[in-house]
Amino acid sequence: MPRLTAKSATLLVLAALIAVTPFFFPSGYYYRVGALIFVNGLAVTGIVILTGYAGQISLGHAGFAGIGGYACALAPTHLGLHPSLAGVLGAVISAVLAYLVGRPILRLRGYYLAVATLGFGILVAMVLNNERALTGGPDGIAVPELGLRGLLKDWGLDLTNGQFWYFFCGIVLLIGAWIALNLHQSPGGRALRALHGSEIAAGTVGIDVARVKLQAFVISAVYASVAGSLVALQNKFITPDIAGFMHSIEMVTMAVLGGAGSVLGAIFGAGILTLLPQVLTVLAEYEQLVLGLVMMLVMIFLREGLLPSVLRKLRGRGE
Amino acid sequence: MKKTLTTTVPAALVALGLASAASAEIRLGASVSATGPAAFLGDPEAKTLEMLVEELNAKGGINGEEIALVLYDDGGDANKARTFATRLIEDDEVQAIIGGTTTGTSMSILSVAEDAEIPFISLAGAIDIIQPVKPFTFKTPHTDRMACQKIFEDMQKSGIQKIGMISGTDGFGASMQAQCKDVVGEYGIEIAADETYDPKDADMTAQLTKIRNADGVQAVLNPGFGQGPSIVTRNYRQLGIELPLYQSHGVASDGFIELAGKEAAEGVRLPGTALLVADLLAEDDPQKPVVTAYKAAYEGKFNEPVGTFGGYAHDGFALLVDAVTRAGSAEPAAIRDALEQTAGLAGTTGIYAMSPDNHLGLDLSAFRMLEVKDGRWSIVE
Repeated sequence: MPRLTAKSATLLVLAALIAVTPFFFPSGYYYRVGALIFVNGLAVTGIVILTGYAGQISLGHAGFAGIGGYACALAPTHLGLHPSLAGVLGAVISAVLAYLVGRPILRLRGYYLAVATLGFGILVAMVLNNERALTGGPDGIAVPELGLRGLLKDWGLDLTNGQFWYFFCGIVLLIGAWIALNLHQSPGGRALRALHGSEIAAGTVGIDVARVKLQAFVISAVYASVAGSLVALQNKFITPDIAGFMHSIEMVTMAVLGGAGSVLGAIFGAGILTLLPQVLTVLAEYEQLVLGLVMMLVMIFLREGLLPSVLRKLRGRGE
Repeated sequence: MKKTLTTTVPAALVALGLASAASAEIRLGASVSATGPAAFLGDPEAKTLEMLVEELNAKGGINGEEIALVLYDDGGDANKARTFATRLIEDDEVQAIIGGTTTGTSMSILSVAEDAEIPFISLAGAIDIIQPVKPFTFKTPHTDRMACQKIFEDMQKSGIQKIGMISGTDGFGASMQAQCKDVVGEYGIEIAADETYDPKDADMTAQLTKIRNADGVQAVLNPGFGQGPSIVTRNYRQLGIELPLYQSHGVASDGFIELAGKEAAEGVRLPGTALLVADLLAEDDPQKPVVTAYKAAYEGKFNEPVGTFGGYAHDGFALLVDAVTRAGSAEPAAIRDALEQTAGLAGTTGIYAMSPDNHLGLDLSAFRMLEVKDGRWSIVE
């Protein structure tokens, strides 16, 4: 029997988790939390490609999530598109924007890149907030129903709203993880990782540094956009918060906490940071404190992020 | 950020399904924005709810049943509000929800509540929440549109025909700006200058100078909440503008006078609720007992002045208690039916009378035109 590759192992673990955990749910509310984890996991998988593989930092990815989300709200009413196609349109717009914005700003490095992407994210949030006639302004705007749940019902598969979004987001996350893992092994992915090690060295061995960086940026923008669309369709309502600066920071934090270099680690990080506020509601005012403490401990003791560090320790002990 | 106020059933037990045994209590859910950008609305709302539940339980509850309040802080985030609404309904199994400090969070909660057929009393301003009427959604604050109408009515009385507007770009300011522009025509008033400012701006003299220089402006209206209107008021005096200045119900509190400064705030008019002028109300005013009782209890307990927004939560809770008492049952459907039949209930905001096609139940009389005189709010006759 051929040995399980890391890629199939990751996908299997993920699929098993998605399929099995619902059996332990005490109430319908947990489907909602699960779906949120998957959506955040998807956005963070995009960050893994950009930050974990290519070593570039973006503080503006919430902007793409905003574009994806508002595409689902606006395209059906203004262009008559089906909400699912609206999500695709959002992804295309995000990709094009990422390409246009990325071309000049990916020439920047380190802090400058972070600041430029930050500016982009804030711009999107400002447009969503201020273009009241189109976006509904800070009060938000309604998003039409996806309609897939009704379709499944006609086919004999009757799911509650929570269950439907749990499995739907789970499947999209699996697809996203599969693509990211494939990329990791591909020549393109190797180029990205070479770039992460040293841009000069990568250039010397014939990698078109600017192009490869731009690819990573565009791909991760599409991930964020699709995640934004899923949030919008699931909530049937969207506010400009989705494009806010804090949301960008949240994405990066999730990736770094779980382990930006590994897809499973990043999803794990998304899970923890989505769950913590829900668990900590009992601890009232201490939520921020606990979050900060967890972050600091991880940064100090588990530099690669939670999951990769723990796995390494476990493996080390096994040998 | 959850506080379960009765000592009976902690949420953990509910999650394990052990709660069904303790059915002799009414489970009330709340999701408000006690932190985040809307904290200064949500914080008094949370405090008010906790205080009122405690008071009521000390008196023996409704129809002999105590109220268990499950309160979450959504931080003003619509996505979180939806999660908490789901949690309240599916996990905490509440029979009714009060909350939704902002329009965004209210819209999120209402879609969950409507699906689950749980009555929801919103604490946010926008008219979209109850129009078109949704069977299970009610709200206590008057709409922005009503505030605009009240202000324009007052302007009309003073013969004002041309005004300048300066609005905050936050949710409150932007929504009211749009509503005012929509309704202004009915009063024969023209908006000659329409300026905006960011809620974080520290100086609005540029916008105000533009308004002053606009042709024939007779008064200025400033929809917004937070510190923006205080800065506008101070800049207004610094520029020596003599025209009447109208603020919105968003800053109807003593805090506004303090922040703007007594001299600068002098003469400012705004549509406010009875709560702000509790001491000045006529003895036979039906709102007088409610307003004085709430003001005394709140200020005694938290040592801070009451505000319009805490009053919204007070009224939401009063509506609910009234409905449960009349229905003689805490079944969600029974609460809903009783809420819809609310008649003549005096709250801090106004006197509520609901009907199948009116889930707000307030009219313009709920607003009183107030003016700052000698550093204090007074009622304009």
